[in-house]
Amino acid sequence: MSGQSVGVVAAQRAHFDQPLQLRSGGVLPAYDLVYETYGTLNAAKSNAILVCHALSGNHHIAGHYADDPQNVGWWDNIVGPGRPLDTDKFFIVGLNNLGGCHGSTGPSSPNPATGKTWGADFPMVAVIDWVHAQAHLADLLGIDSWAAIMGGSLGGMQALRWSITYPERVRNAIVIAAAPRLSAQNIAFNDVARQAILTDPDFHGGHFYEHGTRPVRGLRLARMLGHITYLSDDQMGEKFGRELRNEALSYHFGVEFEVESYLRYQGDKFASYFDANTYLLMTKALDYFDPAREHNGNLTATMARSTAGFLIISFSTDWRFSPARSKEMVAALLANGRNVSYADISLNFGHDSFLMHDAHYHDVIDAYLRKIKL
Amino acid sequence: MTHTLGRPDFDLITAWIEPGDRVLDLGCGDGTLLRHLIDTRGVHGWGVEIDDANILAAIRNGINVIQGNLERPLDEFADQGFDHVVLSRTLQTVRHTEGILREMLRVGREAVVSFPNFAYWKNLRSVLDGRMPVSEDLPYQWYDSPNVRFFTLLDFEALCDKMGLVIRERHVLDEEGNLVEDEVNFLGSLAVYRLTLNR
Repeated sequence: MSGQSVGVVAAQRAHFDQPLQLRSGGVLPAYDLVYETYGTLNAAKSNAILVCHALSGNHHIAGHYADDPQNVGWWDNIVGPGRPLDTDKFFIVGLNNLGGCHGSTGPSSPNPATGKTWGADFPMVAVIDWVHAQAHLADLLGIDSWAAIMGGSLGGMQALRWSITYPERVRNAIVIAAAPRLSAQNIAFNDVARQAILTDPDFHGGHFYEHGTRPVRGLRLARMLGHITYLSDDQMGEKFGRELRNEALSYHFGVEFEVESYLRYQGDKFASYFDANTYLLMTKALDYFDPAREHNGNLTATMARSTAGFLIISFSTDWRFSPARSKEMVAALLANGRNVSYADISLNFGHDSFLMHDAHYHDVIDAYLRKIKL
Repeated sequence: MTHTLGRPDFDLITAWIEPGDRVLDLGCGDGTLLRHLIDTRGVHGWGVEIDDANILAAIRNGINVIQGNLERPLDEFADQGFDHVVLSRTLQTVRHTEGILREMLRVGREAVVSFPNFAYWKNLRSVLDGRMPVSEDLPYQWYDSPNVRFFTLLDFEALCDKMGLVIRERHVLDEEGNLVEDEVNFLGSLAVYRLTLNR
């Protein structure tokens, strides 16, 4: 990996008193957003890049905390001096979205109306709500227009939504391993994950906090299922094959195959810290996302509002958000005569490829960002 | 005679393109032609490339480039979205010859096609001498050539006739890039055509 880490970083918190009207009809009377920034905003305030997180991400994109050096940001390999999101040139902003469980207002925050934890009463949030909240954060930071908004998966959907909702505030959108709307199969996977949580006896209709428990079993299953869909068959075959933990088959339901061990470990790890209500909200935001709905499903008509330059990236082995889904966005942009480049990267890590370090993948983003006029 | 970027066909192609046109360059390589057309003609350009290294090089060149395979339909491109669709020294590398020509005139008003002429006298002489031709416009050995279709000006024109494509203009060049006026199928090394649908 070339370049350097941004080193020690610290999270910041912004409080917003203006009520936020949500797509679901609900209102958040006030809210906090937790965010991190790397690099320096230039005098013209023209070098800001917003990095949006996916399903389980947060504001901690890069670097590490002084008191927790092991806690390295989830996209550290792409941010830092000499890396594609070069902090010597750009001012990088990452935040935890509304409904999250990493410090921004969400289901595990106190509800000011009741004094109790929001839990299941937290309103349903949509991608467009996140984008509006991000715009308020941009106002606070003095950023009128982003040099680029970037994200993978659900993060890419936020970049797409920005370009449609605030076209004058987005000069470039980098949309990676995303889709303009979920397929039935994708919604189906999300619903199985939700059912695992909703039917966990410890879920208590979303008010498990008051019961001093957490729906760990459901969350663990949801994550195990999700994880399978983020990887490619080839990669799982290469990584685990039919390798056994012990030398011989033992004919029980405990861990026998390495892949079982891996998935259970991933599920346990995730379930130990992630909030079940946040998981439900994030998957619903994915399911609801469909900006073309405003034009009877016509993505070309929807994208006519967008004036940003686009870099769209897909991965050959990503079957959750396949290259064909990226090409739908490419087609809509081309039909509007917009500036767009599209790269389909050959990487073996399925949907998770977007988080991996690959020289060609990162070179493409680096090359694109270098051509951006600040 | 000196030519733009060492590519005599680029000068001819450039001359056919009006300022502000929408241009699609199929097999755009590192985007050199589009960069030239943007800089000298102010066109709005996009390229299609299959090769990773060329995708990267085109993005470095500041070119809109779409990764794609010319053997397949250009599904990302709507009908008649471009003024010119360019296929420069690439037709001989595509198996689906009729498919790509039809796609060019589906997505664009006019197709610009350049290709090496296999009936060029030096190529013929090489074959008579018992060896496959290697020349300025056919710079590959038989075993490492990306070319999969071997055809002549007359072959191409017969195909256009069969497909109902109208040849609006044709320029033929020798190996030095000079225009050839007579006996073009024998004396021409590279041909550049403007094609439209018959209407």
